[in-house]
Amino acid sequence: MGQHTPLYGKHCEAGARIVDFAGWDMPIQYGSQIEEHRAVRRDAGMFDVSHMAIVEITGARAQECLRHLLANDVAKLKEPGKALYTCLLNEQGGVLDDLIVYYLAEGRYRTVVNAATRDKDLSWIKIQGERFQVQVEYRADLAMLAVQGPQAREKVLQVLPSELAAAARALAPFTGLEREGVFVSRTGYTGEDGYEIMLPAAAAPALWEALREQGVQPCGLGARDTLRLEAGMNLYGQDMDETVTPLESGLAWTVAWEPAGREFIGRAALLAQRSAGVQRQLVGLVLEARGVIRAHQVVRDDGGLTGTVTSGSFAPTLGKSIGLARVPVDFGRRCEVQIRDHFLPAQVIDPPFVRRGRVLV
Amino acid sequence: MSNVPDDLKYTDSHEWLRLEQDGAITVGITDYAQESLGDLVFVEMPQVGRRLKAGEACAVVESVKAASDTYAPVAGEVVDTNSRLAEEPELINRSPYDEGWLMRIQPDDANALESLLDPEDYENVLADAR
Repeated sequence: MGQHTPLYGKHCEAGARIVDFAGWDMPIQYGSQIEEHRAVRRDAGMFDVSHMAIVEITGARAQECLRHLLANDVAKLKEPGKALYTCLLNEQGGVLDDLIVYYLAEGRYRTVVNAATRDKDLSWIKIQGERFQVQVEYRADLAMLAVQGPQAREKVLQVLPSELAAAARALAPFTGLEREGVFVSRTGYTGEDGYEIMLPAAAAPALWEALREQGVQPCGLGARDTLRLEAGMNLYGQDMDETVTPLESGLAWTVAWEPAGREFIGRAALLAQRSAGVQRQLVGLVLEARGVIRAHQVVRDDGGLTGTVTSGSFAPTLGKSIGLARVPVDFGRRCEVQIRDHFLPAQVIDPPFVRRGRVLV
Repeated sequence: MSNVPDDLKYTDSHEWLRLEQDGAITVGITDYAQESLGDLVFVEMPQVGRRLKAGEACAVVESVKAASDTYAPVAGEVVDTNSRLAEEPELINRSPYDEGWLMRIQPDDANALESLLDPEDYENVLADAR
């Protein structure tokens, strides 16, 4: 038996199919995964993401510490509540994890890291943070819900206490705020508008129930994966890991080169890679025949250049299969995907595939 | 609870079979199999006329989550495949024992079905899987 989130009982009540995910017993789907996916694109769906680790970094030198640890620059976060997406790199520029960091208050930051990398991240942050005398705390006492979709914000606002709701209504994208231990941010992993809510574990089941009464569809990890793939968002451990850099993973935009004097971990390696010329890139694939692209399949362009699929699935919003693949930088705009003994034509595109319910490819 | 009709034969790899009047057998995947796979989005069928050995992988059913092989329950020749599944693979989810059938096989040996699982045996396979 794996670890259970505070919402495990709710998942079982709702008839979820439970699978192991990084040591957690998590719902993969409640009924039809495609229906859950569509609920998020058209209305509102909710995900229990309490397995993800909320890690707080506090101390007088917390900003200095994170400016050293993270490839993006937390100095961009001028006002409390602002959020930033970033990679955590090793000295070789390899991606240890990707995470969101929130600036909560002077000397206080909150990050949300992947469940599978929690222990690795915690020990890395603690070791690297030692000389900045920061406290690193894993907030296992909190649960986290993501509520996503065009109607998600309106439905969440109906169930939040009125003062918090009024403040949350005014949140700009990629910002958050905290009231009496409940943190609400306008962030997500689906390509839709919505909120992520962090709150005390004991309060999570009542919020889940209240959202269900608003008609918010419970969604499992299955729909979460197809939604993030359509949104062109990387999944750590699949589309990137320690063997690749952000520059090879479609995440160059998350690396803050300026100011030039900021010596973040991995900077030297990334600079060397950039000046030598980045050799590989992550691209999107749209299959033009029937079939399903899957991770580890081989892709080949007209010139014989080859690459490997890192994520692939059926995309419910497009009604066809899409994927992400790591290929040489001069890879063509058309290719073939080897699926078993077939070579099926695919278009090579720049992700995302879908944003705010609209198909972009 | 998965539906296990009592007029069919089964395999422990979750195929069902029905002996038709003309001696051919109809093959599909069970209710339990479709439920485990989740929403079906693609089916790769064998060519009509292909000769199959018993236990040979002969079709691939793909859900949003994963691809899964389907195995020939008996040796024989593929005489028909369900062409509707190309456009509507979700028929397997909706109607696994009827509209969602996969293929018809003309068995080499008419007695081959005898060695396959009865509904009660298959219920036991499912009980062990849970």
